[in-house]
Amino acid sequence: MTAHGHAEPTSFAFDDESNAAIETIVARYPAGKQASAVIPLLYIVQKQMKRMTDSAWVPRVGMDAVAARLGMAPIRVYEVATFYFMFNTKPIGRFHLQVCGTTPCWLRGSDAVLKACKDAGGLKGYGDTSADGNFTLSEVECLGGCVNAPILAVDDDYYEDLDYESTVKLIEALKRGERPAPGSVIGRQTSAPVGGPTTLLDVAGE
Amino acid sequence: MAKVTIDGIEVEVPNGASVLQACEAAGVEIPRFCYHERLSVAGNCRMCLVEVEKAPKPVASCAFPVADGMKVFTDTEMVRRARRGVMEFLLINHPLDCPICDQGGECDLQDQAMAYGGGASRYKEEKRVVKDKYMGPLVKTIMTRCIQCTRCIRFATEVAGTAELGATNRGEHMEVGTYVEKALTSELSGNLIDICPVGALTSRPYAFVSRPWELRKTDGIDVLDATGTNIRIDTRSGEVLRILPRINEDVNEEWLADRGRFAFDGLKRKRLDRPWVRQGGKLVPATWQQAFDAIAAGFTAPGAKLGALAGELADVESVLALKELMASLGSSNLDCRTDGAALDISRRDFYSFNTSIAGIEEADALLIIGSNPRTEAPVLNARIRKRVIAGGFPVGVVGPHGMDLTYGHDWLGEGGATLRALASGAHRFCEVLRNAKKPMLILGRNALARADGATLLAVAWQIAAFNGMLKPDWHGFNLLHRFGGQHGALDLGFVSGLPMAQMLNGGVDALWVLGADGLDLSGVPASTFVVIQGHHGDAAAARADVILPGAAYTEKDAAWVNTEGRVQLGFQAVSPPGEAREDWKVLRAASAALGKPLPYDTLEALRARLVVDYPVFAQGDALPRSVCTDTAGPAGDISGLRDDALGLPAGNYWQQDPISRASETMAECARTYAAPAALAAE
Repeated sequence: MTAHGHAEPTSFAFDDESNAAIETIVARYPAGKQASAVIPLLYIVQKQMKRMTDSAWVPRVGMDAVAARLGMAPIRVYEVATFYFMFNTKPIGRFHLQVCGTTPCWLRGSDAVLKACKDAGGLKGYGDTSADGNFTLSEVECLGGCVNAPILAVDDDYYEDLDYESTVKLIEALKRGERPAPGSVIGRQTSAPVGGPTTLLDVAGE
Repeated sequence: MAKVTIDGIEVEVPNGASVLQACEAAGVEIPRFCYHERLSVAGNCRMCLVEVEKAPKPVASCAFPVADGMKVFTDTEMVRRARRGVMEFLLINHPLDCPICDQGGECDLQDQAMAYGGGASRYKEEKRVVKDKYMGPLVKTIMTRCIQCTRCIRFATEVAGTAELGATNRGEHMEVGTYVEKALTSELSGNLIDICPVGALTSRPYAFVSRPWELRKTDGIDVLDATGTNIRIDTRSGEVLRILPRINEDVNEEWLADRGRFAFDGLKRKRLDRPWVRQGGKLVPATWQQAFDAIAAGFTAPGAKLGALAGELADVESVLALKELMASLGSSNLDCRTDGAALDISRRDFYSFNTSIAGIEEADALLIIGSNPRTEAPVLNARIRKRVIAGGFPVGVVGPHGMDLTYGHDWLGEGGATLRALASGAHRFCEVLRNAKKPMLILGRNALARADGATLLAVAWQIAAFNGMLKPDWHGFNLLHRFGGQHGALDLGFVSGLPMAQMLNGGVDALWVLGADGLDLSGVPASTFVVIQGHHGDAAAARADVILPGAAYTEKDAAWVNTEGRVQLGFQAVSPPGEAREDWKVLRAASAALGKPLPYDTLEALRARLVVDYPVFAQGDALPRSVCTDTAGPAGDISGLRDDALGLPAGNYWQQDPISRASETMAECARTYAAPAALAAE
């Protein structure tokens, strides 16, 4: 058993939902080039593990299943899965808190976001999983949302324009089982200027 | 062709060659770690940087193609600084443990740091430490020393065909290994030790044994399979410490199979190091004179029928001496087919690997019959794999289903019915073979060791003839032998008179067994007087009436013939143990004791006689390409072929002969690979 009740499984088989997705993905590549589908298939493994165990990670047997499905040597899949940090090769908490620490987010206060994650989530630091199994904290590189910095990605959802208080609020909501709508937490429309438009004020016909 | 100027030297190299190859053609040395001429180009060590005219930055010469008129400089300030910089980076995480490193003295990193490095370190920070990996009983790892050149990964994937090594994680945390801890399953794993440019992968049995400058190096020939791999035997004070491959492009390129590399510790155990004579039912130690006296009594009894067997590890000279000794005693009962293979010696191409090993690369279709080349001749199998990777090389297999040959193959069937169909054109694979320009087949010697073996041989020849493998400019019929002494004895015509089965069954009164230490003689009736001449106390010695201690392949100057029919000389690296002597000398001395002295007192005189009587031995190690002008095959009625499945050699790869059976290293391999599940549970 690893931490937080997730054991390394002894076997892994794609379920119906995964198999359907795999068919679509593999069909994108020419015959004989199926190995190109290795990254999407690893995501499918990770998502299936989330459905099955509530922890989105890729166990070794899952990598083996990908290798068998695509006719690759298992080591070639291990290489890919361990290279990309998007694939969790160890079990993680229910929510994956990914704090962007790259320059724009850092300048805009990612340290406060990080502190809020630690305080509210009960986390010691990057790489840690909270004792209740709810959260795993990771540092990630630029998430490409610099305009709305700082960003916290929870699993696949971006929460933007955060500060200490709003991050704590978000994490408390997650703990209660709620899932606040992703996007800016200060109500900004996509990445428009805060407080409304500053240019193109005179729109023809209005 | 492209004209390139390297440091002012003009050379012409083929288009598509790399700058590094052009530099080599010009005789200019380029330092490198990741580049290896038999592996794909990785270009990740950056040690081979050179300056190319008009290029703004130094270029990695191993991955940079030449262009006509290119000017390359390898000794400018820019190049020197670039190499110093690369070397400094490579050494940042490399431990300074050369004094306790087994690669010391033959380490590319050590040598090139001396030649191209800066001489002092500016690095004060902490070094990276990597946990060692378990890769089995042969390859020892000290992964902190790894410079991540990825040669081992490419070798395992490309040459060995067992993709088990990879680079996991990334950046600072990148590690070379198997990810899931396991012993490497390749029969060529020892070559990883050779291609590793640093001390990350070293030989486990050779760990802390010796330094390279203490070793005496002797050229030899590996006889533990029939490839005839050229080897270098490293010795110190009369002891073999390790065996490495030598380069021979026509035979083994630069690879050596694990049994040939690691089984030599079997040469120090279970040896016959003095003569023994059976007295009162028990073997007792004897002097040479007592042994010869006993033999004289057994072999010169009036009216005694005599016979001789030569086994898989007998060298050419001693087989000739034995044959001539038996002739002088008036006997023609000779058999060298101690494995029971029904071979036909009436023509050399009936029992040879006629296509030649290098010729495999010219072939364009292959049929394997009753053989697993991966375990019977791993280096030859690597050549087949090389050809398969080059493309357009369909491989069909008649034999056990589901063999892992390291390349894909088309399983056609397991026995006689499939072979009949192949010989008559009824089989779908005939289409493939007949459409090929240079098709070949490989027949495993072991497949012939059955009651209808002669028929099987004839059928295999018919398959070759029918499917266009026998042509005036191409010979596609190949017999794959299993040991280094088998082909040579056939060349000497050591098959006449009574066959082995009758000799073992009381057909002779006195029997001389040479180089067949593993032969089971327990069924030989007590009335037969048995002389065992060999080097290991294996199965045969138990039934001996007289034991004559001989020399193993590292202990004598001897000629060996590989499965292609290539005659190669091995040289004496160490002396035989105790009172044991070179085998031809033992036979010469015995002939004198029997009153029929052989007409040669030196090995040179023996060899002079050999080349006169058997001209194939005069050609040396050059092998003329075989062609087939006479397609008449060995005798045999196709309808007599039974449908039984073709069998492979019994037992595991690591223990196939008296030497490897005596080896503790090979025993450890057998334990490891026989029960991988039990090992994983530890």
